[in-house]
Amino acid sequence: MGFLTLAGLTRLYGDVAAVSDVSLSVAKGEFISLLGPSGCGKTTTLQMIAGLVEPTSGRITLDGRDITHEKPDRRGLGIVFQSYALFPHMTVAQNVAFGLEMRKVARPEREARVKQALALVQLAALADRYPRQLSGGQRQRVAVARALVIDPPVLLLDEPLSNLDAKLREEMQFELRGIQQRVGTTTIMVTHDQSEALSMSDRVVVMEQGRIMQVDAPYRLYENPATPFISSFVGKMNRLSGVWRAAGVEIGGRVLPCEGAGLADGAAAVLAIRPEKIGLKAHGAGVLDGRVKGRFFLGSVWYFTVETSAGLVGVSLPNAGEEPAREGDQVGLDWSSSSARASKPDGAQSS
Amino acid sequence: MSSARAGTTPWLLAAPGALLFAALVIVPLALTLILSFHVYDAASGVKDETTLAHYAAILSDSYFLNIFWRTLRLAAMTTVICALIGAPEAYILSRMREPWRSVFLLAIIGPLLVSVVVRAFGWSMLLGPTGLVNEAFRALGLGTVKILYTETAIVVALVHVMLPFMVIPVWTSLQKLDPMVEAAAWTLGASRFTALRRVVLPQVTMGLLSGSLVVFGLSASAFAIPALLGGRRLKMAATLVYDEYMHELNWPLGAAIAILVLVINLIIMLAYQRVVEARFKRTLG
Repeated sequence: MGFLTLAGLTRLYGDVAAVSDVSLSVAKGEFISLLGPSGCGKTTTLQMIAGLVEPTSGRITLDGRDITHEKPDRRGLGIVFQSYALFPHMTVAQNVAFGLEMRKVARPEREARVKQALALVQLAALADRYPRQLSGGQRQRVAVARALVIDPPVLLLDEPLSNLDAKLREEMQFELRGIQQRVGTTTIMVTHDQSEALSMSDRVVVMEQGRIMQVDAPYRLYENPATPFISSFVGKMNRLSGVWRAAGVEIGGRVLPCEGAGLADGAAAVLAIRPEKIGLKAHGAGVLDGRVKGRFFLGSVWYFTVETSAGLVGVSLPNAGEEPAREGDQVGLDWSSSSARASKPDGAQSS
Repeated sequence: MSSARAGTTPWLLAAPGALLFAALVIVPLALTLILSFHVYDAASGVKDETTLAHYAAILSDSYFLNIFWRTLRLAAMTTVICALIGAPEAYILSRMREPWRSVFLLAIIGPLLVSVVVRAFGWSMLLGPTGLVNEAFRALGLGTVKILYTETAIVVALVHVMLPFMVIPVWTSLQKLDPMVEAAAWTLGASRFTALRRVVLPQVTMGLLSGSLVVFGLSASAFAIPALLGGRRLKMAATLVYDEYMHELNWPLGAAIAILVLVINLIIMLAYQRVVEARFKRTLG
């Protein structure tokens, strides 16, 4: 039994299920991400945990206590809203102190804890500012301090980084994760950004159309996506259609090596391989030949699109200090059979 | 050439509005001011000599001072009652779903489409000795109560007329509020009431205060309602001016009263606004 458990949680709006039959068990101190495209029900799930949306059915328990129908002000959870929802008429310190005031914490202790929380997010110097005088990243940290100062059993983060620019978002990813590890608070984060989910979480919950599709550690999720949807939502994935032959998928008379247990010889199959698992070789030296169509330099990696007889293939190579190929070059693509996987075209996992 | 045009263009653009304002507000106001200094003779009318006698007469006569005091008191009462009813009304309105929100918004603004005179007559029928309100009192065994031609009747009708001017600015400032801010207060342990008091109310204060300014100004200068529901004896500033002009025919005295009322109103409203702005500029920008 987990620290926070959701059992068969469902929320209907009219006839439409925003969330249907979501069950999840979260261990104490764990960092969980709810990942999915917009409208997949992840925010509704978070709001049900927070008590802002009433579940149509199902149960939520926190540390053995049933909180399914408890009012939000009784749950004592810390929440960081997407808009941060800071109180604009209060200073940073007053914002952070609000939750303690509501708990009737005496003034000396309150001030000490506010100071401590602001130090944790490195905002001690800005305690007397008003939210409108702060940058986006600073507001976000105030929201985190305000949620953490009440020592919540669970911290809920609703798209906490989506309002920040790219550079800051990356920094805050590491900072948020660092704070969470120092404080040790059980955390659930909602995000539509797969890189955020992968880099920050202990486990990622992928949701689609109100349902949980897969729950796994980031690395395993990336390597073993349960469905084609997940494989293309989390990272990039090349998908090449053909026919299964003993040791690979045959496309255009060529058998491309891959794993694919449980497929019958001659059955239709889709070969799936990630762009970074493919190497570039001289024309004819790889398992598949093609011509470089597009080349994109992304700093730490090169990304190529290569036209082959099997279709357009994306290839990603680390930047090793030289130009691997140019547009129009004839190249060979190479990969080991263990890094590619074949499945039935309808998307069902073969193994 | 272009710089010369840049210099005159703003003046040309502002000219129509300025002319209209000058013709309809500044000139009549100036004429009223001049008139208030003229001598009046009951036999021969307005004379050319100037005097301060009208102002002295007004400021030394408790009859006039009482009416001024009543005007300010009733306007202030109307403002407070409008705020007490209007703010919760606007909050409820902002939490409503469509189509109910539109329906109720129309119900609140709708009365503005009906003439104030018609509404005042409506209230006089309701509040009169044989009106619906007194019939209800009698049915409950409370006897007849004199409401029509009292200050109560004036305030009741003024509140009814002025409420939209309070609801709309408060509603507008509620629209600008992030609804999640209130939810954030709940999750931090605030009850619904505490969240309203500590988080929502301070953020709509600006709307509440600008609504108060409008309601106070309009109530203090209201004419139709005190005229029809206050009767001949319960006068407010506007009805007093009307009487001086139309019954006493003492136009200079009426003009002096009008100028005094304008000055008092201006002082109160400017002072109020200054206090409010000083307080909120700091926090809400």
